[in-house]
Amino acid sequence: MSVSPEQVRHIAKLARIAMSDEELERMVPELNNILGWVEQLGEVNTDGVEPLTAVIPNTLRLREDRVTDGNCRDDVLANAPVAEHGFFAVPKVIE
Amino acid sequence: MSDLTSLSIAELREGFRSGEFTAREIAEQYNAAVAGARALNAYTVETPEDALAAASAADEARTSSELGSLAGIPLGIKDLFATRGVDTTAGSRILKDFKPPYESTVSANLRKAGAGMLGKLNMDEFAMGSSNETSAYGPVISPWKAADGSNAALTPGGSSGGSAAAVAAGIAPGVTGTDTGGSIRQPAAFTGICGIKPTYGRCSRWGIVSFASSLDQAGPMARTVRDCAILLEAMAGFDPKDSTSLDLPVPNWAAGLSSDLKGKRVGVPKEYRIDGVPADINALWDQGIEWLKDTGATPVEISLPHTKYALPTYYIIAPAEASSNLARYDGVRYGLREEGVKTLDDMYAATRAAGFGAEVKRRIMIGTYVLSAGFYDAYFTKAQKVRSLIKRDFEQAFETCDLILTPTAPSAAFALGDKSSDPIAMYLNDVFAVPASLAGLPAMSVPGGLDSDGLPLGLQIIGRELDEQGVLNAGLAIEERAGFTAKPKRWW
Repeated sequence: MSVSPEQVRHIAKLARIAMSDEELERMVPELNNILGWVEQLGEVNTDGVEPLTAVIPNTLRLREDRVTDGNCRDDVLANAPVAEHGFFAVPKVIE
Repeated sequence: MSDLTSLSIAELREGFRSGEFTAREIAEQYNAAVAGARALNAYTVETPEDALAAASAADEARTSSELGSLAGIPLGIKDLFATRGVDTTAGSRILKDFKPPYESTVSANLRKAGAGMLGKLNMDEFAMGSSNETSAYGPVISPWKAADGSNAALTPGGSSGGSAAAVAAGIAPGVTGTDTGGSIRQPAAFTGICGIKPTYGRCSRWGIVSFASSLDQAGPMARTVRDCAILLEAMAGFDPKDSTSLDLPVPNWAAGLSSDLKGKRVGVPKEYRIDGVPADINALWDQGIEWLKDTGATPVEISLPHTKYALPTYYIIAPAEASSNLARYDGVRYGLREEGVKTLDDMYAATRAAGFGAEVKRRIMIGTYVLSAGFYDAYFTKAQKVRSLIKRDFEQAFETCDLILTPTAPSAAFALGDKSSDPIAMYLNDVFAVPASLAGLPAMSVPGGLDSDGLPLGLQIIGRELDEQGVLNAGLAIEERAGFTAKPKRWW
């Protein structure tokens, strides 16, 4: 499989990375190179093989249902590019 | 006062405890060494006052019974670890000026053991790279130079390039690294130092900037195997804040060190004899087999048949996980925000375009593609199945051997710029390191010798899951026999 410029534009949109036409054009052969290389996995017979999900056997723990953290609003907002009135602020989304 | 920066962590600890010198003297000498080596670009932030404060506390506590295992030892911390109030950027513009209000579990463990911090160490952006050239701070320059007189600036390897260069140059006695697909072992090999990636789950990932969560593991890098054991003991341990953390006691690895490998079977995987590897590296590998034989171990040929598929598997799984993990950089909660665009969606896209470097964008794009509708099974599920087979290869091999010995990397350090225009050539650097990452196994690099250009080469030992002790012991056996004492000649 190889990707077309249109597909690359779509992937960039999904990934929320703005790209100029020139950047998109440059990206097409780069991605196709890498995708062509990883496609050698097609040679491997994986019939009946389960996909690996946990590399080291472990169990998911449950913890007691009680508050363990919180009351740190200012810490949470301390690194925000823009914070107003105790909230993260973003460009207007509704008119 | 003698040169304390030439001592190992074990020696520093002993000298400090016996009162031969103070922790403050150690910190002062290292702070001066750090400030005198800026040409290497190894540190992104220097924190001399942090090292001094920990040293003062250590000096005050010296005669008390509650002295931590790392009291009096200043360390460098890879910039991937969140450090409270100190810039933590993962080598990326998108995290410019980010000062975490919390401390990563691993660095907190080191502080609890009494260690101070010399500063944050440069690295490939989000740990994506094998040469340290993708850092927003510019590449780290290796302290090593080839003996061919070219004087070319060499890579210290990556992604823990700043960590490796700092130890090799004597501007940190030990450091933290992280290893997703070789990022501790390959730079350790390139710079003539030791580094161990423990079993996945030994070290908490909490507070480490995520790259590929099913692969990321922290580990120490230092001049000796013993120092690695001392550091790993302090870093590891169960952490309820990481759901993949292993709820197991931390063994006393340093006390358990023994280079007697009598009765151990050392596997030599035939698939690791690949074309294009310099003769020096294969010769060192053969020498390593002889060294281990000399300790009483028996070499056995083993087969890891899916070895050649490890890199392509990695380059589906790691970008897929990265594309998901890096979705959090949206210009809202922390880091960079691009202004001057109208909508929220445009702000996300503009921020990520300005904040991420080329390699990170490439991997996010690959990851987004292999996870997208219609391609998920063909790429991601397929890769997860091959990953099962790679893990099974190791399980079967460990039925006939106890440890595996391989070269760490297929080349010595290369010149900066040599591979940066060819992503796949760069990826191939980790051909020997990635399989153990995909299988979650403990693996270590130990320096074995110099190549014909006078550059360090490393040997890799891979162990069964949770057998860090076996890996460290074999590392010690190689260290004792290799007698590697070469140091880079100071030019910086």
